[in-house]
Amino acid sequence: MTTLHAAKLVAARETRAKLRDKTFLFSTVFFLLITVATTVLPALLAGGPTKVAVADSAVAGALRDAGLDVRLVPDQATAERLIRADEVEAAVVAGPTVLALDEVPSDVVDALSTAPPVRLLEPDDVNPFLKIIVPMALALLFFFTSFTFGMQIAQSVTEEKQTRIVEILVASIPVRALLAGKVAALTLLAFGQIALIAVVATVGMRVADVDPAVVSLVGPAIGWFLPYFALGFVMLATLWAGVGALAARQEDIAGASMPLQMAVMLPFFAVLFLTDNEAAMRVLSYVPLSSPIAMPVRLFNEDAAAWEPIASLVLLAVSAAVFLAVGARIYEGSLLRTNGRTSFTAAWRSRSMTG
Amino acid sequence: MTLTVDALSRSFGERQVLKDVTFSVAPGRMTGFVGANGAGKTTTMRIMLGVLAADDGRVTWRGEPLTREGRRRFGYMPEERGLYPKMTAADQVTYLGRLHGMTAADARRSTAALLDRLGLGERAGDRVEKLSLGNQQRVQIAAALVHDPEVLVLDEPFSGLDPLAVDVVVGVLRERAAAGAPVLFSSHQLDVVERLCDDLVIIADGTIRAAGSREQLRAAHALPRFAIEVDGNPGWLRDVPGVTLLDLGERRAVFDLEPGTDDQEVLRAALARGPVRSFGAVAPSLTEIFREVTR
Repeated sequence: MTTLHAAKLVAARETRAKLRDKTFLFSTVFFLLITVATTVLPALLAGGPTKVAVADSAVAGALRDAGLDVRLVPDQATAERLIRADEVEAAVVAGPTVLALDEVPSDVVDALSTAPPVRLLEPDDVNPFLKIIVPMALALLFFFTSFTFGMQIAQSVTEEKQTRIVEILVASIPVRALLAGKVAALTLLAFGQIALIAVVATVGMRVADVDPAVVSLVGPAIGWFLPYFALGFVMLATLWAGVGALAARQEDIAGASMPLQMAVMLPFFAVLFLTDNEAAMRVLSYVPLSSPIAMPVRLFNEDAAAWEPIASLVLLAVSAAVFLAVGARIYEGSLLRTNGRTSFTAAWRSRSMTG
Repeated sequence: MTLTVDALSRSFGERQVLKDVTFSVAPGRMTGFVGANGAGKTTTMRIMLGVLAADDGRVTWRGEPLTREGRRRFGYMPEERGLYPKMTAADQVTYLGRLHGMTAADARRSTAALLDRLGLGERAGDRVEKLSLGNQQRVQIAAALVHDPEVLVLDEPFSGLDPLAVDVVVGVLRERAAAGAPVLFSSHQLDVVERLCDDLVIIADGTIRAAGSREQLRAAHALPRFAIEVDGNPGWLRDVPGVTLLDLGERRAVFDLEPGTDDQEVLRAALARGPVRSFGAVAPSLTEIFREVTR
């Protein structure tokens, strides 16, 4: 049996165990509900067109043409009563004068005014709202997935250590096969979850009738996001396995993984707070820990030259290889030390396993 | 088929836990590996299974250095053992069989047969965490045997087992040995080892103090000790030169003879006083040998 075959067996078991795990299923459902809520609900909550009571029949036609829900009333008093009763949002009475409770009803005002034609010399091709929300959503997705699945890798490693099954496992298959199978399974599950969220989001946007132009804008950003996500996730995956092996019990994981939690959290917040600082973002888009978040943001905003993502990806791939080796060494050095928490240095120096 | 441990050394930091450990486990023999806690039993067995690397020395099987492929034919029960609590007994044992290179169908068949034999047939589909401790131990035994191993290396296989499970394990070990497999098991319960093993390896402070068949060790460590049974009171032995009384009963006595004292002289003296029902050398118990060699 080859190491690859052994790794596949490990990955298959890991996947099956996760798919039966209530916590995992619950978190997936939770994410999907959030996705549905953010894509479909705003459209549903926005309600229908503004209801307007009209006492001046001369303007009724213009208001109807603007797509407003027009209700004819005999006089101003009735119109005022309807507004106070919250049955309509606005009213148009003789003058014409627009009545409303506490807010200027801009759609009614617009329908009755004549605006001069506008021509922008340098139009922003990215909708300013999307410009903020899309990179934020991607960064958040990377952050959450990296964090939750990373934690699950650590927990799964600690479980094997804590239940003492690990020695039987490493007596049967190479330690690397155990590590590789575990990391591969959780990486695939993480991608599966993201794919599911993407499908639900796309369907949600269709259902909610979101402008197709928005969908086509988001597409390429996600295209770049994927390789960054894959490398960024795998880069930390074996380190998560390593800290899982340092802990002897589930209770130790939080402490053992603290540096790693920081390594995931700090870049996320750095990108979040420095989005508008171009120099800082340039640096962040090359630093391996933050590049999976920062570079897609710059690409989406079209701040990066064509060669930049490639250079930063190469840098990320190289550091991923280094991190993989470090994580594997920590994992191997601490996996069989079942008496309490192992220190990083002790695990690094240990050469207990034959591999 | 002989499994040989050849000049193993291993240190953890400053502390050397194995020093030039050499012994062999013959095919068809039950070999007991005894030593106090911390003597080096578990470290030796972990190195044999490739779970731990040796600083020096090697392990050979059938005359060749042991490889991972060879180890896959080993059945191993570590001292610290456990199972996935959320997996069913059958899934778990099948999975471990597959990790040893079995096909899915073979692993399932072997698992079903083993669990049946261990009296767990009806619980095969239960999660391990729902099983009683005794039944979990049985699943553990199945996990070590599912791939029909050619060599057994068991670290404290009886510790924590209920009496019924002990009988099952003993039965399986005997059966494997009878089929020609080398069987090595460690224990700190000397009475269990004395009852079961053909050969013995005694380790203390990381060095092998004695190794060989039970009879050889008894002969090698025989004391000039005798037991006598007579019809009258054997208290007179007290006054025989060269005799040190160890135990004196109404009709029975156990005594050591000083070097140069003839045991037949003592027998003749006893016969002169009345009938002698039995007279003979006392073989040392394993506990006594153990105390002597590890001193």
